[in-house]
Amino acid sequence: MSARLDVWLWLAHRASGALLAPLIVAHLVTIVIAVQGGLDAAEIVARTRGSVFWGGFYFLFVAAAALHAGLGVRSFVAEHARLSNGPATAIGVVLGLVLLVMGGRAVAGLVL
Amino acid sequence: MASGEVTARIWRGGTEGHFQEFRLGYRHDQTVLDLVTEVQRRHDPSLAYRFACRVGMCGSCAMTVSGRPRWTCRTLVADVVDKGAVTLAPLTNLPVIRDLVADMTPFFEKWRKAGGRFEAGETPAEAFSTITHDDPARRAVDAGIECINCGVCYAACDVVRMRDDYVGPAALNRAWTLVNDARDAGGPARLAQVAEGGCLACHTRQRCAQYCPKGLNPTEAIAGLKRRVTAAALKGEL
Amino acid sequence: MRGREDAGYWASLTQRVSGVLLALFLPAHFWVLGLAIESEARLDGFLRWTDSPLVKLAEAGLVVLLTLHLVGGLRLLMIEFLPWRDWQGRLIAAGGGLSLAVGLLFLVGAF
Repeated sequence: MSARLDVWLWLAHRASGALLAPLIVAHLVTIVIAVQGGLDAAEIVARTRGSVFWGGFYFLFVAAAALHAGLGVRSFVAEHARLSNGPATAIGVVLGLVLLVMGGRAVAGLVL
Repeated sequence: MASGEVTARIWRGGTEGHFQEFRLGYRHDQTVLDLVTEVQRRHDPSLAYRFACRVGMCGSCAMTVSGRPRWTCRTLVADVVDKGAVTLAPLTNLPVIRDLVADMTPFFEKWRKAGGRFEAGETPAEAFSTITHDDPARRAVDAGIECINCGVCYAACDVVRMRDDYVGPAALNRAWTLVNDARDAGGPARLAQVAEGGCLACHTRQRCAQYCPKGLNPTEAIAGLKRRVTAAALKGEL
Repeated sequence: MRGREDAGYWASLTQRVSGVLLALFLPAHFWVLGLAIESEARLDGFLRWTDSPLVKLAEAGLVVLLTLHLVGGLRLLMIEFLPWRDWQGRLIAAGGGLSLAVGLLFLVGAF
C-alpha cells in the first residue's frame, strides 16, 4: 500500500467526518422534534416525499456515513483483529457498499 | 516522605518467566533504581537490568514500574509503593532479553524507518540557513529536541501494541524536529516515510505525552506531521 | 486505570466502540426505513413496536452513542487540524456531559 493512498484514505475518513458533523446535528434536532407525540410513518413520509431538500440531505448523509463507517471499520479490524491491510480494506469496502445500497434504497423509498 | 518495608515483585526470565519477590527496607530518598541495585548486590547477583548515568541524563534505566513506564532513576520508591509492594518489569512493546532488560532494537529500527537521520543535502556548505531565535519552525524543533530515546513513550503507546508497523511516538517526534529544520534536505520523501505506518495511525490517546519523563508532547508533533502529510498529498507532492 | 490521567484513553476507546456499534446499527436502521417502500403500513407496524419503553431507552442509548461519536470526532479534528491547545484535552468531559444531555432531551421528548 502506497503512502499516498494511505493519506487519501485517512483524509477521506476525516473529511467525511467533518461533513457528517452538521448533518448529525440536524438529524438529532429532527429526531428530538419528530419523536414528540410518537413516530408514525405518515408523518415521516409527509416530510420527505417529493422534497428535493430532504432527498439531497439524506442521500448525502447516507453516502458520507457509508464512506466514514467503511474507513473506520477498516482500521478497527486492522488493529483489533490484527488483519493486514488487504483483508481489512476488503471488509471496509463491503460494509461501505452494503450501507450505500441499503441506505440509498431507504432514502429512495422515503423521497420518491 | 515515609521509609519502610517493601515487597519488590521483579520479573525474572525472558518473554516467558515469573515474578520473584524480594522483601527489602527502603529509605525515603531511595529511587527504584537504587532498589534494583540493592537486590542485585545483596540478594541475587544474577538479576539483569540496565542503567548508565543514574541521574536522568541517559535514558537507559526505563522499566515498567507498577504498570506504567518510568525512569527508575527518577522515581522514588516512596512515591510508587502501593499496599507495601512495587512491581518491576521490563518495558512493554519490546522483546525481553532477560529479567528487566528489554531489547531496544525494534525501537531504533523504527526510528531509522521514520527517517530519523538528518539529511544534509548535496552542498550543505553552500546552502547556509539563517535561523532566528523566534522563528516558529525553530520553536517547533525546540519543543521536541530534548528527546533522549528512553523508549517510555514507545512502551506506553497502545497503537504500538496494536500495530506491528507503527513506528511509535519517539520516532515521529524526531521526524517532526527534522521536518521543521530549515537545514534538512529530506523534503517530501521524509513525509512519505512518516505517513505509512506512521503519524496517520496515531489515535491521540496522549499517553506518550502523559508519561514522557522530559515533559515532551509527541502527540502534538504527530498532529503537526498529520497536517504536513495531508498538505503534501493535496499538493501532489507525495 | 487512573481516572483523569487516562481521559485520552477513555475518549479513544469510546470513539472506537461507539463508531463500531453505530456502523452495526446502520444496516438495521436502513432496513426499517426501507419498509416504507413496500407500504407505509409496514413501517407503521414496526414503529408501533418502538413505542415500548424499553425500545425507547435503547433508542436514547443510540442517540447518546451518536452524540458521543460526534463530539469525540470534532475534538479529534480540532487536535489534528488546529494548532495545539492544552484545553482541547479538557473537552473530553464536556463532550460526555453534552452527550448525556442530548440523550435525556430525547427521552423527555419520547415519553
